[in-house]
Amino acid sequence: MTEQKIRVLVGKPGLDGHDRGAKVVAAALRDAGMEVVYTGLHQTPERIVETALQEDVDVIALSILSGAHMTLLPRVLELMREAGMNDVLLTGGGIISKDDMQALAEMGVGQLFGPGTATGEIVEYIENWVDNRGAKVGITS
Amino acid sequence: MTPTVRKDRGDDGRPIVQEASTREERMAARVAAWRDRWDRQSKRDIDFTSTSSMEVAPIYTPLDLADNDPVDDIGVPGEYPYTRGVYDSMYRTRLWTMRQFAGFATAEETNERYHFLLDHGQTGLSVAFDLPTLMGYDSDHPMSEGEVGVCGVAIDSLADMETLFRGIPLDQVSTSMTINGPAIIFLALYVAVAEEQGVPPDKLRGTLQTDILKEYIAQKEWLFPPEPHLKIIVDMMAWCADHAPKWHPISISGYHIREAGSTAVQELAFTLADGFTYVEEGIRAGLDVDHFAPRLSFFWNAHNDIFEEVAKYRAARRIWARHMKERYGAKEPRSLLMRFHTQTAGCSLTEQQPENNIVRTAIQALAGVMGGTQSLHTNSMDETYALPTEKAVKIALRTQQVIAYESGVANVIDPLGGSYYVEALTDRMETEAETYFRQIEGLGGVVAGIEEGFFQRELASAASRYQEEIDARRRVIVGVNEFIEQDERLEIPILRIDPRYEREQCDRVKELRAKRDNAKYQTAMAELRQAIQDERNLMQPVLDAVRSYATVGEIVELMRDEYGTWREPSIF
Repeated sequence: MTEQKIRVLVGKPGLDGHDRGAKVVAAALRDAGMEVVYTGLHQTPERIVETALQEDVDVIALSILSGAHMTLLPRVLELMREAGMNDVLLTGGGIISKDDMQALAEMGVGQLFGPGTATGEIVEYIENWVDNRGAKVGITS
Repeated sequence: MTPTVRKDRGDDGRPIVQEASTREERMAARVAAWRDRWDRQSKRDIDFTSTSSMEVAPIYTPLDLADNDPVDDIGVPGEYPYTRGVYDSMYRTRLWTMRQFAGFATAEETNERYHFLLDHGQTGLSVAFDLPTLMGYDSDHPMSEGEVGVCGVAIDSLADMETLFRGIPLDQVSTSMTINGPAIIFLALYVAVAEEQGVPPDKLRGTLQTDILKEYIAQKEWLFPPEPHLKIIVDMMAWCADHAPKWHPISISGYHIREAGSTAVQELAFTLADGFTYVEEGIRAGLDVDHFAPRLSFFWNAHNDIFEEVAKYRAARRIWARHMKERYGAKEPRSLLMRFHTQTAGCSLTEQQPENNIVRTAIQALAGVMGGTQSLHTNSMDETYALPTEKAVKIALRTQQVIAYESGVANVIDPLGGSYYVEALTDRMETEAETYFRQIEGLGGVVAGIEEGFFQRELASAASRYQEEIDARRRVIVGVNEFIEQDERLEIPILRIDPRYEREQCDRVKELRAKRDNAKYQTAMAELRQAIQDERNLMQPVLDAVRSYATVGEIVELMRDEYGTWREPSIF
């Protein structure tokens, strides 16, 4: 475990207002001892990355149930790269098919979680990712 | 249950030695004895709660109905307080409308799907719009990128609406349109398409969702602050009362509240509180309650717990009737009827072992039918991945047909009426809803509750509690936290929306703006702005605007300009 609290931005990009999942995950991450910044609804990819930079987060976790993930997630990833955020994890969840999850993983998006995921699984994934970040940054940068 | 009169003395005036006590006392003695035996039995180590985490007793008996009057509280169908159903003969006269919610890609594609569904015996249409349309953005707006035609059909103007209903006679089908923020524009679009088909508004049957209060509470698809939205809703109620008597201008919806994580009682209470708010707004605007109330309709969720759901529908009918009569002074019997559409619970479906979702949906649909729904949508098994494929939709529709024609539940009205359990639950839900009504009133009403974040907090905590129960395995979800299949492979096909539809739709709306009579458009838009500033009924100016081929995005932009926008307090 890292000594500092893990900082996570939980966000809702695009027009989708279904925020049950985002809020449940945000609360679970907070209860697991992380610092959670919740962006609220209807955020553009630009705004999300800007907020993530300002808040100096370790993880960006986005919830998309509208089907727009193949546009929004690659866009966020691109903006993160432009901003030099190579040591920040982009993860998330929603209504996303396995094929799309695979395609997004190949682009560099972290694991994505669908309905029925235990919140503990997400907490564990983020904690592990942060613990191993040093090694990963070495590879990608 | 008629209480037995206990006589202390016989007809001759001599005291009777009571060996056999009253029926209640005998029942109480039996129940007490049973409880002793029950206490000694081992129990499974799990929470015995409803889907809404409500503790339920192991058995219900007549003792639980001591305060229930079977005449005044339960009664018969088609009669106040309508606990058992809004009509005298229910499904013996007419089955519920099987109405599958559908829409994707463009108007062209969706029109084909409607013809497919009608050809397979569906009896009503239900339009699903894409998010840009729901949020009042045209397809070529920057906020629409990647969302066009993805979770529903993209409709930018009257031209798209003409395509959507091509070959579908609007005097013969009833159509439900799930849209809220821009609802008045879609009422106008539907009226305008019908007009082109030669069908006058008084022949139109269907429903617009329009319920903006639950958007602030749950689904978050608002355009403006609550006040102007409520004003527009009153405009629609008034216009429909005068011109489209068979049209339901609003469907007061608990569905989304439940999907956002509420309990059944919260769904019941918050939705009815929303309904009362619309009634009060109508009355405040000077409308006669009996003029608009008969056209109010409802939309409920059907989750897994059959009894809880049936009790919810029954309680909703009774509460609505009582409040409409006693609080709002409605005299027309039709003003008292809580007629409703039901959709099975999308939030109950699992990504794991998706075929199991067919079974969940069947159980939920059964609850809707036993609860006396007027129409029903059954979800498809693949909806945790994407919009449903044609095959998955067909199975969902067939599920309704099996319930209707094979199960026998449609033979008897309110088949669970009189069940000690269901009657006790119905009473309890009514009581708990009344507690919420008082609490909401104490906050200053629904709008004040929204502004204060009351509903958002209630939902967030209920949703978290539900998830914690699953995470802790105190609540079993098959395939999710029990009966898990490791290395499960997805074996069902998934629908993909080709991104070319977005490009095509963007081209189409750009072309429309270039080709339409822009002088006519400008005049209509100026008139609409004036009507907003004068606080006139907006229906006629919106109708003129859509006839001039003003786009949905243009009309909403003008309205946003006049009414402003809204941001909610973020609570989790």
